[in-house]
Amino acid sequence: MAIKLKINGQEQPVDAAPGTPLLWVLRDHLKMTGTKFGCGVAQCGACTVHIDGTPTRSCVLPHDSLEGAEITTIEGIEGRAAEAIREVWIEDNVPQCGYCQSGQIMAATALIAENANPSDAEIDAAMTNLCRCATYMSIRRAIKKAASKV
Amino acid sequence: MFLREMGIVPGGEADRSSASGHASLTNLSPHLARRGFLGGSGVFVLGLTLAGCNSYVEPEVDADAFDLGDPGASPLTEVKGGDATPSLWIAIEEDGTVKITCHRSEMGQQVWTSMAQIVADELEADWDKVAIVQAEGHERYGDQNTDGSRSVRYNFHRLRTAGAAMRQMLTQAAALFWEVDASQCTAEAGLIRNTDSGETLSYGNLAELAAKLPVPAEDAVTLKEPEEWRFIGKEVPSLTIPKITRGEGEFGIDVDVPDMVYAVIARPPQVFGRVGSVDETAALAVPGVLQTVRLPDPSPPALFQPMGGVAVIAKDTWAAIQGRNALKLGWRDGPNAAYDSDAFGEALRATSRREGTVRRSRGDVDAGLGAAAKTITAEYYAPHLTQSPMEPPSGTARWTDDRLECWGCVQDPQETRNALSEALGIDKEKITVTPTWLGGAFGRKSKPDFMIEAALLAKEVGKPVKVTWTREDDVRHGFYHAVSAQRMEAGLDESGNCTSYLHRTTFPSISSTFANGVTSPSAGELGLGATDVPFAIPNLRVESGEARGHVRTGWLRSVCNVFHAFAVQSFAGELAHAAGKDQKDYLLELIGPDRIIDPASEGAEYGNYGGSSEEYPIETARLKAVVNKAADMAGWGRQLPDRHGLGIAVHRSFLAYVATVVEVEVSPEGDLAIPGVWVALDAGTVINPRHVRAQMEGGTLYGLSNALYGEITAKNGAIVQDNFPSWRLMKMAEAPRAFEVEIIRSNKPPAGVGEPGTPPAAPALANAIFAATGTRLRTLPLIGARGSRLPLSSETNADTQIA
Repeated sequence: MAIKLKINGQEQPVDAAPGTPLLWVLRDHLKMTGTKFGCGVAQCGACTVHIDGTPTRSCVLPHDSLEGAEITTIEGIEGRAAEAIREVWIEDNVPQCGYCQSGQIMAATALIAENANPSDAEIDAAMTNLCRCATYMSIRRAIKKAASKV
Repeated sequence: MFLREMGIVPGGEADRSSASGHASLTNLSPHLARRGFLGGSGVFVLGLTLAGCNSYVEPEVDADAFDLGDPGASPLTEVKGGDATPSLWIAIEEDGTVKITCHRSEMGQQVWTSMAQIVADELEADWDKVAIVQAEGHERYGDQNTDGSRSVRYNFHRLRTAGAAMRQMLTQAAALFWEVDASQCTAEAGLIRNTDSGETLSYGNLAELAAKLPVPAEDAVTLKEPEEWRFIGKEVPSLTIPKITRGEGEFGIDVDVPDMVYAVIARPPQVFGRVGSVDETAALAVPGVLQTVRLPDPSPPALFQPMGGVAVIAKDTWAAIQGRNALKLGWRDGPNAAYDSDAFGEALRATSRREGTVRRSRGDVDAGLGAAAKTITAEYYAPHLTQSPMEPPSGTARWTDDRLECWGCVQDPQETRNALSEALGIDKEKITVTPTWLGGAFGRKSKPDFMIEAALLAKEVGKPVKVTWTREDDVRHGFYHAVSAQRMEAGLDESGNCTSYLHRTTFPSISSTFANGVTSPSAGELGLGATDVPFAIPNLRVESGEARGHVRTGWLRSVCNVFHAFAVQSFAGELAHAAGKDQKDYLLELIGPDRIIDPASEGAEYGNYGGSSEEYPIETARLKAVVNKAADMAGWGRQLPDRHGLGIAVHRSFLAYVATVVEVEVSPEGDLAIPGVWVALDAGTVINPRHVRAQMEGGTLYGLSNALYGEITAKNGAIVQDNFPSWRLMKMAEAPRAFEVEIIRSNKPPAGVGEPGTPPAAPALANAIFAATGTRLRTLPLIGARGSRLPLSSETNADTQIA
């Protein structure tokens, strides 16, 4: 039975099995592959989306619990914080392979939208996403630079 | 069509039907029909005014108006590195877009950008018009195995040659059009300028005519001088990152083919274990599950074969995962059922205490040790690791009649094609393999087992199939970095000078994955940090021990250099301590005078990463230069806060020289922080310093993460770990606070950069921990998956045995 999800401001009908995590609805049903699969157990953060503005791991989030929620993905994230993050990510060559970066950008955007001057400790606490290319130092520098632009 | 879109106004009535809107050189027929000159009507006027030249309107070059005869075969098919024929690498479209073919796989090393920089520089392209075409796997491109840190060094010369040859052909085309000598035409940022008249012609306009010209011979191709480079060596913006920030990159796992179904596979827990009983009732009842497929059982050697098991095919990935969870499977033991990695590690240690096979020798080590004033012995252990790219392996296959198309995150599309041909029993001419972007690789994705799984399943199911490996699959069914035990012995004279050195290394060989009965490491593996040791010690011997493989052993970023550098460079720190000298000073003494190391002269079979010894000798001066540079950057010798320590290590791998200094702070309980890391690199000519700095940061943290937390173990033949965090990676909070990289300026031939950052990281860390605490840690991982502190009082990490 189809339900409607509001994704990036648009209502989308979704017909997936009950309990299917949002991640797989986005990727396999809606072909929105910007949100990535990394672990399936909410450890790595590659699947991070915003639910009502809060960064959330979509790989363990049943899609049918989200009727009425504002879901935002890497394809749709907008606003000053997101633009500042994208701009600095490009300027400073932050990503390497890029696979985890959708999740990193979603987490970083939420951080600097709330905190215009995050400390190292605040960045460490907010940025728990894994990156095997180890872009951590670049991300830390870039978050500070982007925050100063917002 | 394109001319119309650009608002181009024809200035004559020439026949336009022959001028395609797509002047791709790659599409050019080698048997162009000779055409007569079409009167005076071969000139169109482009409705474009060029900046700074308001009155100038570029005339259109009509290639059909020139009768040039057969251009003949390309004389550039066999330059150094392979085929440099411009049409293989470059297609210039009518709008000036320069499409550069990248035959290597993009996996975060920014190879799209760096390959384009090399071609575009010699071509004198306008960077804003550069676009990349990813090559499918085909022999015409030469080596495509994006592995071994060699994309730049294998292709630098030939891609420069291709770009320069194309530039000369465009220049020649302009000269023909203007009826002037080519020496009067210069190329500049996508235009050819007539130096006499000041007129210009754009590459897009000239491309079709240029394609009709003969390709110049190699001795007629003039490469730029390094000081003329506009892109090579410069921080050119990335061609991939803007898409990444919008979630638009297409990785293997993102491939979508019409009518595709999704597969997840339950594989036997042991390598060469087999499926026993299968009850699929519950799996088939999961909503969205379509069917199950039994995969064939493999036989040793493993090669790149899929490992068998039962696949669940479903309408989406989640249903396939749920279906797999619901399978009731019984497994049958195979030949590796008794494998216990802890017990195996003890056996390796025991082997390392016995005399091994000599792989390099000079002087008389036994006599030297006997005569030494002091002898030092140390044993180092490093566990299995897994590459763990953030994107797990994923492959998609589609059959159309007897033809097979595959897309996925493969490091080596040619080898993938060969392996598919072998596994499916079809001619490889009927197979296409196109790499997507790779969400990290680190060696895992040069093994195409996952693509063979997709092809087998697509054939069985009769629909396109995407196979996704879950993280559990990636951790449990990998090609693992070898577990190793190493024993080092050294003798010092009265003054603390090292006079004798014995390095015994034992680990299962990667070759055991590819041939039955292999029990000894290959010369190639020993040349990764053991037989190429650069120390000026009069008596020196390197030995290897016997070891069998019980899991699929495979290469992982910098391969055996990881554990060899850990032992050799940690031991250098131990010797400095035994001699009562500064680590850095003693390391420089061990390296000794400026000279070239030739392991072959002392009995080693040495491959030098495929580089010639003339072009890429082992130069001790370069090793010492990076040691001194890194030490300077770190402020070596400065007063440190209490419980801080600095450690240094240097290692040459993949023809690059890297020295790393790590600063640690360790609490009395063993809590670790890394306030800073300093890396100095000499990789010869560097294409893009940003990429290189990123590889040094990433390579170093890859080494630190593995050394601190990484451990794969096996019980009863099965891998114990399954997902994050039982397989643990470093997080942001654990990363160094400061990280500085310096690249030694050099015009020497380019070396690798993807892997060389990794080897010195772990020994620099261990040396720093010793400096801070006095505890020498020799067993990896230092903290482990569940730990939070360094084992400062562990028995396995006792003080150096000094006699």
